[in-house]
Amino acid sequence: MSLTVLNAIIAVVIAIGFAALNAAYLVWAERRGAGRIQRRPGPNVNGPLGLLQPPADGIKLMTKQLVIPGGADKALFMVAPVLAMAPAIMSFVTIPFSDMIVAHSMNIGVLMIFAFASLGGMAILLAGWGSRNKYGVMASVRAVSQNISYEVPMLITVITIVMMTGSLDLKDIATSQAGGIWNWNIVPSLSAPLMPVAFLIFFTCSLAETNRAPFDLGEAESELVAGFHTEYGSMGFGLFFMGEYANIVIGASLITILFLGGWGCPLGLFPGVWWFLLKIYVLIFSFIWIRWTFPRTTIYGLLNLSWKILIPISLFNLLLTAGLLKVF
Amino acid sequence: MSAPIQIQPGETFTLNVGPQHPATHGVLRVKMEMDGEYIVKAETVLGYIHRMHELMGENRTYPQVLPNLSRLDYLGAMGYTHGHVLAVERAAGIEVPERAEYVRAIMVELNRIASHLFWFGAFVMDLGGFTPLMYAIEDREYILDMLEAVTGSRLTYCYFRFGGLYNDIDDDFVNAARAFIPRMRKSLKKYAALVTGNIIFEKRLKDIGPISAEMCRKYGASGPVARGSGIDFDVRKNEPYSVYPEFDFDIPVYHECDSLARYMVRMDEMEQSLRIVEQGLDKLPDGPIMPKKKPKLIKPAAGDYYQAVETARGSFGIRIVSDGTKNAYRFKLRSPTYSNMHMFDEACRGMMIMDALAMMGSLDLVIPEIDR
Repeated sequence: MSLTVLNAIIAVVIAIGFAALNAAYLVWAERRGAGRIQRRPGPNVNGPLGLLQPPADGIKLMTKQLVIPGGADKALFMVAPVLAMAPAIMSFVTIPFSDMIVAHSMNIGVLMIFAFASLGGMAILLAGWGSRNKYGVMASVRAVSQNISYEVPMLITVITIVMMTGSLDLKDIATSQAGGIWNWNIVPSLSAPLMPVAFLIFFTCSLAETNRAPFDLGEAESELVAGFHTEYGSMGFGLFFMGEYANIVIGASLITILFLGGWGCPLGLFPGVWWFLLKIYVLIFSFIWIRWTFPRTTIYGLLNLSWKILIPISLFNLLLTAGLLKVF
Repeated sequence: MSAPIQIQPGETFTLNVGPQHPATHGVLRVKMEMDGEYIVKAETVLGYIHRMHELMGENRTYPQVLPNLSRLDYLGAMGYTHGHVLAVERAAGIEVPERAEYVRAIMVELNRIASHLFWFGAFVMDLGGFTPLMYAIEDREYILDMLEAVTGSRLTYCYFRFGGLYNDIDDDFVNAARAFIPRMRKSLKKYAALVTGNIIFEKRLKDIGPISAEMCRKYGASGPVARGSGIDFDVRKNEPYSVYPEFDFDIPVYHECDSLARYMVRMDEMEQSLRIVEQGLDKLPDGPIMPKKKPKLIKPAAGDYYQAVETARGSFGIRIVSDGTKNAYRFKLRSPTYSNMHMFDEACRGMMIMDALAMMGSLDLVIPEIDR
């Protein structure tokens, strides 16, 4: 009993550490990457290559006063940032980094991650509503409708994969793709010819789920100032920020496990955690790249894309795969 | 498309956009009455940066007012000082040497390109794309460095004098300007490939923010805003001044009336300005930059004088009523953005806030120029 409790605590501490480290250094990577893309150096003063910038930012945020705006709902205002960060960390618990490294393997891992991901939308709604700011409320309404409409095609795509694999366990899904690039889910096969399309849908939805550009309508700077976290300062803002980057890591991990063979090597050699990390950081870099390349979409363009294009295609893919799985 | 919606009375709320808001690019305040994300009414509140330039124009001598004009529009200041010197020269009957006229045209057009470049970056930033601003600023820096070397300042130029110029251009400037033209043409191609062809960008602008030609006439809109609505009016062509009749250039006009049309007009105008600069450098005559005979004290004969020029933002008019003294009796500035801005209320009704702010960006607002 005490051993399992200890195990759980260690797992959570490692998950928090991994999430926090990633969140901090992805901010650095994002700013450096943006700098490269925009022909400027980015943060390069604090430490070598500006590597001490994230701790400096963290200390600054933590020492700032937490201002609660007058008229705000104090309880909701305080709870929202925690609610943004906690599910992101909890999701790390079930993600297998390799066949050995997983905090707690669950046979319903996929479901659990999506259940926690839905809570993120809740946090945004509470933040906008609780801070009693018109920009905040508008942004949170946008973000929630966005999250709901993008979870649908995302889950339909996941159902396709689950049908192919026959398991809800992330570890099983990754193991079933072992052996090389031709076994990965992204590669079209006889029974699932539309998988590259499904990958694109899932990738787009991950961008929208994490509120990243070009779908960053919840914090559209030029329209809604800072969106749902307009009124947040100090570590409240910091938690939202870390939650966003933790969600990016989770999104990239999910894409890697569901489509890109998890910890498998493209040629089937030396599978291990290094392949997993390589894949997620390539994906994260593509997230950063997209953010600094595209302008923002509109809210109706975004909803139209989901309901009129992504959902029909993913449903068609689901039916097609279901039928072909019976045939072959 | 943002379809017009049925507004229920009493279900609206007021959203205060500005005076400190990233979309207004300055201290402009727009009181928006909103129905959800739709705009019912938008009331523009001006005056946060009013500095009484017109009154200053009446209390100071003509040369003393000269620097004020470049404080109107910090992005395209050259055009505004050009308007002022032309008006006073016409009033006082001062002859301008030909070389000075050519240099003025080159400077104004370079400044127009710089202004449009900055607008281009800021506009795409309004749409959520941050990167083009950095690219545009890089090209703009080149122009500002050139202008700084000759005029001594980077934004608020006081380079033109009544009758000529403060400083002659040298070979360095001519060489830099000649090198700039092919560089800028390459950049324009790059912008077209990076931004204009982007599907999200096109979707956000096409058929969004319609401003009809009728509306332009009603509010007195001018410049790229009017030319994006199919009105073929450019002061440089229609009421020629300075040496503009000597140049061969086109006025880009688009008939789509949407935000994309206004964007395309400005992008094409940069190319036309490059043509003017190119021809100006080719035709640049030698000679003095100040007239030999110039009155010591400028005292225009009593009368009413008006001069319009085409600045980066539209038709800028300056009216001077002189009573024969060294100060103007009445000094009135007609700033283009003031008229362009006032269309916003009528044009944005029923639009969603993100489209309305994209349209506001396409109007190319410079707030100190509205407030004067």
